[in-house]
Amino acid sequence: MAMLQESEPLEGTLLPEPFIVSKVRRETRDTFTLEMEPLNGGEKHFTPGQFNMIYVYGVGEVPISISGDPVEPSILKHTVRAVGTVTRAITSVKRGGMLGVRGPFGSGWPLKEAEGYDVVVVAGGLGLAPLRPAILHLLRNRERYGRVAILYGARTPMDMLYKKELERWRARFDIDLDVTVDHATGGWKGNVGVVTTLIPGLKIDVPNTVALVCGPEIMMRFTVRELNKLGIPDERIYISMERNMKCAVGFCGHCQFGPQFICRDGPVFRYDVIRPFFQVREV
Amino acid sequence: MSVQSMEDIIREHSFFKGLQERYVKLLAGCASNVRFNAGEYIFKEGGRADKFYLIKSGKVSIEIYSPERGSIIIQTLGEGDVLGWSWLYPPYRWHFDARALELTRAIALDAECLRRKCEEDKEFGYELLKRFSQIIIQRLQSARLQLLDVYGHASRE
Amino acid sequence: MGKLNIGDKVILSPQGLQQLIKTLWEEGYTVIGPRLGDGAIVYGEVRSIEDLPEGWGDEQEAGRYRLRRRGDKALFGYNLGPDSWKRFLHPPRILLWKAEKTPKGFRITHNGHEAPRYAFLGVRACELHAIRIQDKVFLQGRYKDPIYMSRRANTLIITVNCTEAGRTCFCASMGTGPKAHEGFDISLTEVTGDEHYFLAEVGSERGSEILERIEYRAAARDEVSEAEERVSRAAESMGRSLQTEGLKELLYQNYEHPRWDEVAERCLTCGNCTLVCPTCFCTTVEEVTSLDGGSSERWRVWDSCFSLQFSYIHGGSVRASPKSRYRQWLTHKLATWQDQFGEIGCVGCGRCITWCPVGIDITEEVKAIRENAVKKV
Repeated sequence: MAMLQESEPLEGTLLPEPFIVSKVRRETRDTFTLEMEPLNGGEKHFTPGQFNMIYVYGVGEVPISISGDPVEPSILKHTVRAVGTVTRAITSVKRGGMLGVRGPFGSGWPLKEAEGYDVVVVAGGLGLAPLRPAILHLLRNRERYGRVAILYGARTPMDMLYKKELERWRARFDIDLDVTVDHATGGWKGNVGVVTTLIPGLKIDVPNTVALVCGPEIMMRFTVRELNKLGIPDERIYISMERNMKCAVGFCGHCQFGPQFICRDGPVFRYDVIRPFFQVREV
Repeated sequence: MSVQSMEDIIREHSFFKGLQERYVKLLAGCASNVRFNAGEYIFKEGGRADKFYLIKSGKVSIEIYSPERGSIIIQTLGEGDVLGWSWLYPPYRWHFDARALELTRAIALDAECLRRKCEEDKEFGYELLKRFSQIIIQRLQSARLQLLDVYGHASRE
Repeated sequence: MGKLNIGDKVILSPQGLQQLIKTLWEEGYTVIGPRLGDGAIVYGEVRSIEDLPEGWGDEQEAGRYRLRRRGDKALFGYNLGPDSWKRFLHPPRILLWKAEKTPKGFRITHNGHEAPRYAFLGVRACELHAIRIQDKVFLQGRYKDPIYMSRRANTLIITVNCTEAGRTCFCASMGTGPKAHEGFDISLTEVTGDEHYFLAEVGSERGSEILERIEYRAAARDEVSEAEERVSRAAESMGRSLQTEGLKELLYQNYEHPRWDEVAERCLTCGNCTLVCPTCFCTTVEEVTSLDGGSSERWRVWDSCFSLQFSYIHGGSVRASPKSRYRQWLTHKLATWQDQFGEIGCVGCGRCITWCPVGIDITEEVKAIRENAVKKV
């Protein structure tokens, strides 16, 4: 073997930083919100809509969208559903435990562009998690936006995220929050039906509206159709996409969606940009 | 609060948007204001479907009763929604229960009166059928979506 | 003779080539070049011209590769084997970092990677293009891959122009060969016959410095023209071609073309094409944990878009059908790559055709889609 160059350290983009879990809150049967603080201090500034790669020692790494408040960069907040090996491991970490974090990565919601517009937020299931930072931003800078409507659909009342916060939002007079469940259980007194059924009743100025949508792909397809029917064009609808990701920086190739790398060019896309590929199966 | 005439209410309702003026008059002739208190049944499964409703305010659940599970809410309707289409198709019987979840105000349209007018004026009948089929399609689509359980997880890992 | 300038052409004898290899090792380079191995021409360490596959050529067709004796003493008389240089710049398996368990969690104990100093001997023009394509992937975006970057920065490139084209080659139609025009340190053209010599062209300062340390002589005009003649003959004898005009639009408009179903019936989704492709860059990561859990390693390994696991998101794989996976590969290479990196991701090396166990031919597939396109482009 010939002479080796000095070993070069990996850049921060490939190396996780240690974070300590400071709080774990159970949201639903299988979903938890974790608060984390950097072991070595510091802050993690992010744009609402971005994600981090969360690493569990000895298990692996997955992309998870950031759910915290963008003005509180010293606390990292992630809402995680235990569906796979890594997410199960993440949700089993107790207070004081350590996780690795790389990020933030990806594009954010168009909060600057939406100033002066009415904003409709449509979230389905866990899709509320990446929208939460955007909602907090809208509420904090309420005067910069027109009417703000939030529509949230969950499977059952038991599957709703951020219940206490939803109550607080609902109590505000400067936003319209409508929640619906697919299946009513217990003493549910709210709406029953898929989230798209709430769209025709939106009280907004259609020609001046920007929509932010996140949820399962089927839900997003139907939501876009319903928003179109109301008169909101694809150019003013933004959706957040999910694909397999390994590197989060455009090297591993896994998250390709047509010409887009979801990790780098997304996860938030203006709908008309990805529409041609959204309509092809198995892209 | 301003008092609106029945014709105004019908004309401005999204379900009847763009309807010809003579049909608005025709509908108004078969319409009446109704209100239901929270918990009150608007109609029950199997009952005669002799009306349909334009909800002005409040919330209505469409339910089905099962002996083991009690009343299961299938869907809720609110302001601006249309309640009931069984009146259009024989045997004119309600397929589900409808119950006001809160104080609900609505316009009730008399089915027999309308069915008669539809038979007399086929153009009016076609117009009404077109609008109702839209509602039926929407309900069918959202029911299918509900069945998909999109937020659930197949847990194939 | 004075100092050589970029663009200067000189003649090396086989002994001069021997000196070149020796000098590179003395300069601290690990010289990687063609060798005979496993019934094919593969890339490995070359310490002298003795290691080069003298007199060996090959026969290639879709799904077929055989070595053959040439009957001369050519050192670079072969066409491409299954190896490509990405094996060295973007290794199939590389340790990203190591961590050990601590009472609180974990601690990174190893963060870094060795960056060897390679001299690549015998890079073909299409392969040089492939390296430059991977440069765009790893070095010219928002993020730079530190592993690729340090390896690439250290690498010296000696190209050898093709004087014969293989049956599965189509670099001429892709505009990537058979002659290397830029991006090399030294470019060689081998001429065999009564006299065996190499026409060497200086491509960089570094190349000039290396050449200055070995014996060369001035190139006569007819020696230059003989070498050029042989390269242009290779261009004319190209086994295959691919029409690139309007290719992106063609493929974007034909996601639902019936040809995808036909090719899927033959495709074994084995991923051979992605492994032999010099531009395919996809990877996955593996977590390798010691038995007692005391330490853990993160490895980056080559991956293939032909595996089901590749597109897995909770609940299932996005590309469940073989059709969608073949379509992803081909469409990425020829169409979406253009939107991602500004050029086609295929260099026409033909490896995917030769090494496909069922002989699927990318040029044939494109032709079939073009002939029966939804919209004519």
